[in-house]
Parts: sequence; C-alpha cells; structure tokens
Amino acid sequence: MLTLSGVGKRYPTGDRALTDIELTLPKGQVMALIGPSGAGKSTLIRCVNRLVEPTQGSIRLEDTELTTLSGHKLRHARRSMGMIFQEYALVDRLTVMENVLSGQLGYVGFWRSFLRRYPQEAVVEAFRLLERVGLTHAIDKRADALSGGQRQRVGIARALLQSPKLLLVDEPTASLDPKTSRQIMRLIRELCAERELAAIINIHDVALAQQFADRIVGLRAGEIVFDGLPSELDSEMLTTIYGEEEWDTTPEPIDDEAANEEPVSPPYARVMSAIEAGAAR
Amino acid sequence: MPVSTTPQGQPIWQRRTTRAQWLQYLAWLAGVSLFLLCWKVISDNTMWVFVEDAGRQGADLISRMTPPKWGYANVLWKPMWDTINIATLGTALGIIMAFPVAFLAARNTTPHPLIRSAALMVIVSSRSINSLIWAMLLVTILGPGVLAGIIAIALRSIGFVGKLLYEAIEEIHPTPVEAISATGASRMQVMNYGVLPQVMPAFAGISVYRWDINIRESTVLGLVGAGGIGLQLNASINSLAWDQVSVIFIMIFATVLVSEWVSARVRHAII
Repeated sequence: MLTLSGVGKRYPTGDRALTDIELTLPKGQVMALIGPSGAGKSTLIRCVNRLVEPTQGSIRLEDTELTTLSGHKLRHARRSMGMIFQEYALVDRLTVMENVLSGQLGYVGFWRSFLRRYPQEAVVEAFRLLERVGLTHAIDKRADALSGGQRQRVGIARALLQSPKLLLVDEPTASLDPKTSRQIMRLIRELCAERELAAIINIHDVALAQQFADRIVGLRAGEIVFDGLPSELDSEMLTTIYGEEEWDTTPEPIDDEAANEEPVSPPYARVMSAIEAGAAR
Repeated sequence: MPVSTTPQGQPIWQRRTTRAQWLQYLAWLAGVSLFLLCWKVISDNTMWVFVEDAGRQGADLISRMTPPKWGYANVLWKPMWDTINIATLGTALGIIMAFPVAFLAARNTTPHPLIRSAALMVIVSSRSINSLIWAMLLVTILGPGVLAGIIAIALRSIGFVGKLLYEAIEEIHPTPVEAISATGASRMQVMNYGVLPQVMPAFAGISVYRWDINIRESTVLGLVGAGGIGLQLNASINSLAWDQVSVIFIMIFATVLVSEWVSARVRHAII
C-alpha cells in the first residue's frame, strides 16, 4: 500500500538524514521503526506526509506518487495519512472537541472551520471516537488541562477523524509513563486492527516495539539495517542498530530523550516548508 | 580562557588574559572620558543665569497654578470624551490594520520573503514617526479635528502592534502547526487553528497595552489641532491661564490612572 523506493533526504546544512530507503508496507500492517536518536526515524515518516521534503526517490501511497504533489493535491493526499506526535502537538488553547475536529480540516472549507460549523456526520464520528478512546467526560476541557496519556488519546482521535488509510506515529510513548505507554500502544494496535490501517510507529522502546508490532525495521545513520519479525530481533541485531551494549543485562535500553532527533534546522524553517507545501491559496 | 601553570605545577585559571584585561580598563577609561567631555559641552552651552533662579520661577508657576480653577472642568468633559474616543477608535483601527501585517511580517507565516520585507517596511515607517508628527501631517491634509487624531493614532499603532505581534508569531511552538498541516488543512486553516490560538493571549495583551499608551498620546494631539483635550491645554497655556492648565493636568492624570486600571484588569482577565 505504501511503497518507498530510493528515498533520500539531505538537509540544506549538508547532513544526510536518509540514504536509499526501500520499504513496502502492506495494508493493515503495523510496523515499528527503531534506531538510535538521530538515525532519521522522524525524518522518514515526515517525508511520507511531506512535512519534510525528501530530496531523492519516490513514495507511493496506493496509486498516488506523493513526492511530486503540491497545493490542493498534497492536502488531499495528507487527509489519508493520520499523524500522531511525541509531544501530542495539540493546540493547547482549544478544547478537546476542537482539537479532534481539526482532523476534518482537510475536508471542510475555511469558513466552516472558522465558524466551527462542521458537518453533522463529522461531529457524530468525533463523539464516537472520543468514546472509543475513553474521553467522553473531557469534551469541553481545554487541551492543556489534560494529562499526558489523555492528550495522546486526543491526538489519536484527531488522526482517526481524518479517516486515514495510514497512521504515521512519531514516538507516541516517549513522554509517557510505562503503564500509559502500554495502554497507548495497545489502543493504537487495536484501532489499526479495527480499521485495517497500516501504521509506521517510531519508537525508542524496543520491548514495546516487539510486543505490539507485526514487523520491525531498524534504522541506523539513515539506512535500513534490519527488517524482520519482532522475534528475529536478537542482541546481535540490536548491536548492529544501536552499537555495542550489554543487551542481555539491560532488557529495556535507556532512552536518550535529550538528544535532538532533527539535524540543525531552525523550528520555524520546518513549519515554513510544511505550510508552503500545503498552501493552495 | 587563559590557563597557566605555577612553578609548583598547579594550573591557574583567570577570567581574562592580561591583554584582554588591559583592553577592558582602556574601554572604561574611554567611556568615562567621553561622559565628562559631553558634560563639559552641555555645561558650556547652558545659560546658568536662568538656571540659578529656576527654583523661584518654579515656585512662581506653582503659585499661579494653585488653586486650580475647578469651575473650568465643566468645559473639559466634552474634550476629554473626544480624547478617549480618539484613543479607542484609533487603537481599534490600528489593530485591524496591524493584524494582517503581522502575519505577513512573521518569518514562519509570510507567503514570500519579498512580502515580508514590504510588511516590515510598513511596520518600521509607522514606528519611526511619532503620533504627534502624524497628527501634524494629517491636520494639514484633513483639516483640524478628531478624525485627524484618530487616524494619527491608528497609523502609529500599526507599527507597535504589528511588531510585537509578529515577534509573538515567530515564537510559537512549531509542533501544533505541523500537526494541523498534517491533517491536510489549507494555509488559512493552519493560521486559524495552529497559529492564532497560540498568539491570542499576546495579541490581546498588546492591544490593551497600546490602548493604554494611546490614551496618554491622544491628550497631546490637540496641541497641533487634532482634537481632544490638548486643544484646551494649548489655549490655556497661550493665554497664561495656569489655573486652568492645572485642572487639565489633574484630569489627564485621573484618566490615565483609570486607563491603567482598566488595562490591568482586562489583561488579567484574558491571560
């Protein structure tokens, strides 16, 4: 369903983030993408929905070539790719309901969204999704009044309201405690099964990846070094991906959250390209 | 960071090298000398005869100003109301114009670098001219009156609100903007959902702050004929009616106090 061939990304600073990525994701498959900080995991999934522009190769979603799209067509394609973020990326000052409904922005016109007059079916679906993720009681709360786990559930509901075919999930559990992490991963897993969604999940926690994914891809310095079943991932393979470490004595590798995933590129530059790419008007 | 070693072999750390330290002393010496030189020039150009009886003149002025001619206040209500209207309408007009300019001027929301330069140009030219000068220009164009005052205040406010707002826009968190873009939202929808909620508190605060400043600025616009209480102030000073001037001062002072209080309350309520 999703095919990446020869995808490469070089940042203007000269850093190579991705080199010659070949990847095919069939419908309904949940794939975990693991690798050390800075290996290019975030860049890879952002290349798929073009928040980052790939500099080489082709990315196809079903029959659509994504890398050449612009304006209206790109926005149209983005609707079928829901994204879930590490820091939830909710709009803090909007309510939970507004945040969830923003998943519909690709489908409604500017004035309808400005006046918050969403189509009735979308509102019904939003209520259903909020019930599914267990947040019926929080509909009118502001997003910044929620706990981490609750906020991630709002992020999931927002992504699903896009009626996507594919979920791009960027470190969904990196800011959550172990129990909430497992609940969130289980929820994503269940929702993918219910709706036959394919998903790419960037994740630091190898144990979680092994438990919840159908397939694991290991990325190191922008190249795929492992692609296989969770059971095939042994300590030798982990050494290839992450480097030398006593894997058996530390079953869960310690996250290096402080390290910055992206190569040096000011935050506004990233936003700019995201807006520019999606700008039709 | 100069590190050297004592004869005993222990490392010594100093904040600056000897050379840098001397350069710093020299810079201080140059700065102090310049200050004293300026002091001398000003002192030479001052006619000390006038300054010597400043105390007596000041006391004289105060004695003419007291007691304030309270009855004059009845004439002032209308101009005071004009002044408040100039400030409020001028601020509103300025905000309406500044809002789009700020989005065009912010690095992360501008459609094109050239448009950004144009928007920055608007902001700079508005800021570089004081509202009193704007008012002078407009009085010659539009004739004296409240309208010239309102437009003068509006033109000056564009730069102020525009600059602070575009700085606020450049400081927003990029991730919500990314997330909204990722849903397939259009550019305008990204502004509405990703950017606007994040800058709303700043926008409200800046607007109220500018209104507060404009109340003060509009009290003097009458000096050049642009309406408001400044007209009365000018007339009273010209006719040496110092007891009327003191009433005007007291009224301006009271109005500014009230506006400070209102803006503090509004800001508190919004943020």
